[in-house]
Amino acid sequence: MRTRWILALVMGLLLTACSSDDGGSDGRITLRFQSLAWQEESVDANKELVEEWNAVHPDVKVEYVQGSWDSVHDQLLTSFEGGEAPDIIHDASDDLADFAYGGYLAELGELLPERLKSDIPQRSWETATFGDGIYGVPFLQEPRVLIANAEWLKESGVRIPTPENPWTWEEFRSIAKELSGEGKYGVAWPLKEPVSATLNLSLSTSGQMFHRGEDGKVTVRFDSADEVVPRTVHDEVNTDGSASSTTLGMGGSDTLPGFFGGKYAMVPLGFSYRQQIVQQAPKGFDWQVLPAPAGADGLTQGVSPQTLSIAEDSPHKKEAAEFIDFLLQPKNMVRLALGDWMLPTGTEALKDPALHTTKDDWATGTALAAQLRSAPAQSVRGYPEWKDKVATPAFQEYYSGAIDLDELRKRLVEDGNLVLARYQR
Amino acid sequence: MRTSKGARVGQYLALLGYLVFLAFPFVWLISTAFKPPRELASLHPTWIPRNPTLANFRQAFDEQPLLQAAFNSLVAALGAAVIAVLVATPMAYVMARHRTRLAKAATGWVVVSQAFPFVLVIIPLFLVLKNLRLINSLPGLVMVYVVWALPFALWMLVGYVRAVPTELEEAAAVDGAGKLRTLVSITAPLLAPGIVATALFAFISAWNEFFFALVLLKTPEKQTLPVVLTHFIGAEGVADLGPLAAAAFLATLPSLVVFAIIQKRITGGMLAGAVKS
Repeated sequence: MRTRWILALVMGLLLTACSSDDGGSDGRITLRFQSLAWQEESVDANKELVEEWNAVHPDVKVEYVQGSWDSVHDQLLTSFEGGEAPDIIHDASDDLADFAYGGYLAELGELLPERLKSDIPQRSWETATFGDGIYGVPFLQEPRVLIANAEWLKESGVRIPTPENPWTWEEFRSIAKELSGEGKYGVAWPLKEPVSATLNLSLSTSGQMFHRGEDGKVTVRFDSADEVVPRTVHDEVNTDGSASSTTLGMGGSDTLPGFFGGKYAMVPLGFSYRQQIVQQAPKGFDWQVLPAPAGADGLTQGVSPQTLSIAEDSPHKKEAAEFIDFLLQPKNMVRLALGDWMLPTGTEALKDPALHTTKDDWATGTALAAQLRSAPAQSVRGYPEWKDKVATPAFQEYYSGAIDLDELRKRLVEDGNLVLARYQR
Repeated sequence: MRTSKGARVGQYLALLGYLVFLAFPFVWLISTAFKPPRELASLHPTWIPRNPTLANFRQAFDEQPLLQAAFNSLVAALGAAVIAVLVATPMAYVMARHRTRLAKAATGWVVVSQAFPFVLVIIPLFLVLKNLRLINSLPGLVMVYVVWALPFALWMLVGYVRAVPTELEEAAAVDGAGKLRTLVSITAPLLAPGIVATALFAFISAWNEFFFALVLLKTPEKQTLPVVLTHFIGAEGVADLGPLAAAAFLATLPSLVVFAIIQKRITGGMLAGAVKS
């Protein structure tokens, strides 16, 4: 009797599942928009915009599909191979190279309206340009900033940096030292993923690391300009004792309890971490956003913006481009930026007063927008392997004091060029 | 051989330590699920939330279609478990009772097939299911789970069939029972713990499976719980920890409930006394 009951339940569930397949076609175009929004406000903003589009476009329905940052690359790769990719794809520019070169993404140069093309600065377009084509619309980006315990800084009497008058890397090192002592640290570097943080910040000191020759081939060099940021971190941890060695293996969120608990005066984090700080900081905790230190190239730093792309297999590229244009109208771009606590790339959107308020230090981040450039390595083929197999362990060992600068250079350059050469034959 | 009192105390202490080790992640998950954001980021974490809240559960349900995802997971896991057992049981009987070279080769292949990584099969599988119009459908996912669970299920059941003494079947034959009657009335009831254990294995592996579900299911209405849980994780691994813990806690409950209900069937020792030696 019991067996029969279980079998009936299983068959019932399976039949229900079978019968709930997608409804039949009603002649309208349906576009699938895979979004990676994950924070509550961001998901809401995306869904609202999709609803607004659907309300005024009865012939082109957009279906919101929830994706995940954690698994987007594998999921997209399989979808592309199987010809089942979403029409509109949300991703980050540093994930696009393989898809662009593989022919999976539509070239957007002819599809996008002039309004959108001229609204986003060239330096941002470069983040999604591979070869001669544009394969994504960069729309949200975030600088790496210093999030500081405002009260601690005030009491110490150190000069507070501003975007107009930032700290130099040398000054940053000496201030971190000044703020340290009695088991407390001036700075906590969360460097579980040390490569992109190091490379992106090194743009401020003119560090390039990847150099493209006249033959188009890329080689790795580790010049004196590339040394400044890694040396600062290394010395803070191993010489000055002004940076905690335990945070080197942590992700950004992991450092927040120590930051709130008064163990660290400053934590270099992405601008969007403010959302977590607002949500999690103890009541009365006074924090502020400071620009990252500046070098020979000022506050310049590398970023990999969030992007919107169109699948090459999509039969409705024109409509997909129209939806992207709608989604990235200045006022909508602002809504998306506020939802994700990031900066819009569009110049019109960046003028919005909501992004210039002192509340949650939006103004400090917005002042940095003009200094953001394409991350140095994102269009270099072989970069992911170089990063995982060569650079990540090398930087981790250097920062922890296990190897010296010469050994770091040797590994990054010699081992690194062997990896890159395989991709450039 | 008698165990000394001290050794026994040591054994119990080791067992207790092992249980604590096993229970820690689950207990910590429950604790996290009920903590407000400020307690989650405290430098001095506590086992018991100081200000317990249901807000994480509310947020998890508001943001993601957890009930729908749980239903989908249930369909996939239950379907996989029942079909895998129905297919594997007769196969296992034949392989256990008729030890031919073919049966040995089949057993070897079954073991080897467990070594195939998911990524090796996913693209061909995707294309096959696409041609069958089974992408983004739970029946398609159930088929995959059955195929994936079958080798191990078969392997498990062969062992259980071998443990049923052939003398019982011979005794039934002497008493005049036909082959089918013997299988249904004598062998099958004795196999029950093995069948239940195998079904449980298939259920839990399908319930927890992530990669196939991620790739094969496209729309939110079809996605299973492990896929939906990843929606609480952002770029660079930043997680919305409270709602994620709340959703993960709810996701572990069905497996625990199923296990609690049928564990007696596994450990019951139904063969005890079946044969007089």
